[in-house]
Amino acid sequence: MFDLKGYGWMLWDGVQLTIAVAICAMVVALLLGLIGAWGKLSTSRATRLAAETYTTVIRGVPELILILLVYYGVPTLIQDVAETMGFDIFIDFNSFIAGVLTIGFVYGAFATEVFRGAYQAVPRGQIEAAYAIGMSRILMARRILLPQMWRFALPGLGNVWMVLIKATALISIIQLPELMRNTDIAARAVRQPFTFFFAASLIYLAITVVSMLAQQRGEAWANRGVRRS
Amino acid sequence: MELIWNSLPRLFDGALLTIEITAVSVALGLLAAVPLALLRLSHNPFLRLPVYAYIFYFRGTPFIVQLFLIYYGSGQFRDTLESAGLWIFFREAYFCAILALTLNTAAYTAEIFRGAIQGVPFGEIEAARACGMSRGLLYRRIILPKALRLALPAYSNEVVFLLQTTSIVSIIALLDLTGVARVIIARSFEPYKLFLAAAVIYLVMTYGVLYVFKKVEFWLSGHLRERPDDSVKAVVVR
Repeated sequence: MFDLKGYGWMLWDGVQLTIAVAICAMVVALLLGLIGAWGKLSTSRATRLAAETYTTVIRGVPELILILLVYYGVPTLIQDVAETMGFDIFIDFNSFIAGVLTIGFVYGAFATEVFRGAYQAVPRGQIEAAYAIGMSRILMARRILLPQMWRFALPGLGNVWMVLIKATALISIIQLPELMRNTDIAARAVRQPFTFFFAASLIYLAITVVSMLAQQRGEAWANRGVRRS
Repeated sequence: MELIWNSLPRLFDGALLTIEITAVSVALGLLAAVPLALLRLSHNPFLRLPVYAYIFYFRGTPFIVQLFLIYYGSGQFRDTLESAGLWIFFREAYFCAILALTLNTAAYTAEIFRGAIQGVPFGEIEAARACGMSRGLLYRRIILPKALRLALPAYSNEVVFLLQTTSIVSIIALLDLTGVARVIIARSFEPYKLFLAAAVIYLVMTYGVLYVFKKVEFWLSGHLRERPDDSVKAVVVR
């Protein structure tokens, strides 16, 4: 259907990197999400405030600004701080790490809300019952809370994943050779931008479709023990 | 600090363009979304399926690809567009940005409205039919007003996302808030200060938009609130 003039391998390389970035960023987002949800539900006011600030700021600032801030800003900031302390250093951020950290940081805020909702969806009585039969907090979390939170969180996390994978296209701006960046290079070389960007968009669409199917199966699996009318 | 102070006027100019682009795309997207949502719910597959494909495509691909497809991709059809007299539009980054943002937000908004239209209680529709309302009147008086109110919380989210998405148009050299920040940084080599300043302005704009929507929601939900001067308070039964 598409004549990619021998540049198809570049798109294939890009897809692999896109998926690698997305998976790494999702792991970061899940960890930050769990920490953030714990912070929001904490009894300590300072922790709650920190978690609240995190989600509030992330919601109000575009991803592109954050990516540029982390990639160009953070190394300069560290250099400036080091200079005032009398060190002359040069730092170059790896665009893979910068991308994974920024995207993970942004979607960690969305995962925070998902996990918080999932925690609140677990019936209170079950948690009380677990304590009543003498479970420790950790055992309660492991046996009662997490297995059920997982089920409530799955639809929301699937959503986060699908928005996240599209957001990885922005990392092309900091020259990481993922799908978008490689497509851009190939499109310029062959001078057929429409063909190439359309091909790239269909690849993203295919990733979305596969993710949706996986999500449906995952949800069916997570809900296998639930009685339905 | 002085640099940020001196850059503020230019950053505000950029913010104005950001607001302009957002407002124009939101307005155009809204105009397109209502008919699209109705077509999406049509029983005729020739109307429903193309709209479904359009919504699926624009929701399933990154905005940056859509923008490049329109801005750079149109160059591949330059001769055709020139002979049709459309090239004067497609060579302008501003026009391409508005077109891409409108197509993008119309797809998301249509999907929000579809959910809202389906969320209108069936009893209300049945009652309107029982009163003898025609289809047009039913939509105008019952379904659409109710659906718009139901859609408002999700729609305010979409507007906020669109506001943030507009930062991507700086990549095709438009001088919106992000674009201005990048230009100043290219000259001054002070990345974190200016990106932080831009981030704060985005933050203020985002919560400004959310505040306006909250006001609108309050204003539209008057019939659901207690009257302030009610001597007898409603009893809440749990």
